[in-house]
Amino acid sequence: MKRLLTILMLCIALPLAAFTARASEGESDGSVDAKGIIFDHLGDRYGWEVPFNHHASIPLPIIVRSQSGEWHIFSSARLEHNAEYEGFVIATEGSYPGKVVQRIAQPDGTVEEYRPLDLSITKNVLALFISALVVVLCIFSVRNWYRKNGLKAPRKGKASIEFVVEFVYFGVIRPILGKKAHKFAPYLLTVFFFILVMNLLGLIVIFPGGANLTGNVAITLVLALCTFLMTNLFGTKHYWKDIFWPDVPVWLKCPLPIMQLIEVFGMFTKPAALTVRLFANMMGGHMIVITLTLLIFIFAAFGAVATGGATVISIAFSVFMLVIDTLVSFIQAYVFTMLSTIFIGLAQEGGHEEHETIKENN
Amino acid sequence: MELFMPEFGLVFWMFVSFAILFFLLAKFAWPFIVKTLEERADLIDKGVLYAQDAKAHLDNAKAEADALIKQAQQQQAEILREAAKMKSQIIEEAKGEASKEAKKLIDAAQVSIEQSRKEAESQFRKEVSEFALQIAEKVMRNSLQSGKAQSELVNKLLDEVELKN
Repeated sequence: MKRLLTILMLCIALPLAAFTARASEGESDGSVDAKGIIFDHLGDRYGWEVPFNHHASIPLPIIVRSQSGEWHIFSSARLEHNAEYEGFVIATEGSYPGKVVQRIAQPDGTVEEYRPLDLSITKNVLALFISALVVVLCIFSVRNWYRKNGLKAPRKGKASIEFVVEFVYFGVIRPILGKKAHKFAPYLLTVFFFILVMNLLGLIVIFPGGANLTGNVAITLVLALCTFLMTNLFGTKHYWKDIFWPDVPVWLKCPLPIMQLIEVFGMFTKPAALTVRLFANMMGGHMIVITLTLLIFIFAAFGAVATGGATVISIAFSVFMLVIDTLVSFIQAYVFTMLSTIFIGLAQEGGHEEHETIKENN
Repeated sequence: MELFMPEFGLVFWMFVSFAILFFLLAKFAWPFIVKTLEERADLIDKGVLYAQDAKAHLDNAKAEADALIKQAQQQQAEILREAAKMKSQIIEEAKGEASKEAKKLIDAAQVSIEQSRKEAESQFRKEVSEFALQIAEKVMRNSLQSGKAQSELVNKLLDEVELKN
């Protein structure tokens, strides 16, 4: 318990340190750019900031394709502090703030900014790789345990991983999918653990974590797209019939394809709902914690007493929010997996009989 | 806003890493783990059923043993009763046999007694007749010393023979 408290306090203290550094920088105009700081922390970045030092960051490779079609690979350290390298800079304003752009001198003397094809290993991408690696290590440790010990139940860490696998498989996947659980379990379990690890790593503020991954729409979009593909590629005849010739009065589907339009629209709203739900939940959590921390610096303008009071309240609420976020990390991974399972399960119906069994199992 | 516009680089890398992760886990880990978990769940279910069965058996075993003991006791009683019956029967039979045998012996003894009595009688008679003859001879010899008496006797005997015929 003591150790947990220490970790939690550290979680609060570290961003505080970062903000202090930034606040002292921005003191020239006397106010805190709250919106800028929030979105800067929620967004992506070309280097990975280190605690207690605002000027240095872990350099990451930038991979861009210039307008002429050549690939450029270089360290993000070369673009730090608005430096220019091989014609590339990190834009501070314009259409692509915070992104690498290529400066191309026009014949008329002006400089045009071109956004190159950007496959850089940014902070988010590296966090993605780390999350995937963590998932692989966790799951393979459990697999290796089983390979070595047969049916004996694992202990300690592996047991907790196994518990989660069992929770998801026997609690969600098998009751909903029934006989087809084996076919889709690998996908659904992978999604669950990937989201869970990304969520939890996002809550840790220093190096291996701290990236707002599942609070980024690109990540959730890809995940939802995968569920969309799994749903529709393995959909049964019955599923497609329900979309293009549902059991409704004929005037509803012919000559005007009203029902078809609604059903096809529904095909796309499902992944869209998945995307937005996970993204908004995780981003919201991060945003609240950052905002609560920022309150301290906003209140700093009102004197020492206000700062002290705000600090105590902010930290208390931040800790509370982080605890809630830990819970939300799990719940959102669970909800995403459960909805994916339900969508896939709906596309696996073979008729009314199977529909009944699915309902019963629920 | 960057957060709401998916960045192509991130989408690309997300897709790549998710595909690799999915491939690795789906090929090498998940089927094995899921199979093991299901097998273990089955094993535990079977174990519970087995334990329940065993318990039921155990409970029944006591009742069964009791029933067996009762049955055995009944059998024992029956056997004892039968044995007693048989005993009396055997004794009866033995008695009967013995009395029969005794009767036979007695009969045989009576027969032999009768025989020996008859023999003795005939012997006695023979002896008596011999004695009588001897006596008679002697008497005759004495009385027939006279001729008269002899002829009287002969006449008398002749009369008797005539009377008889």
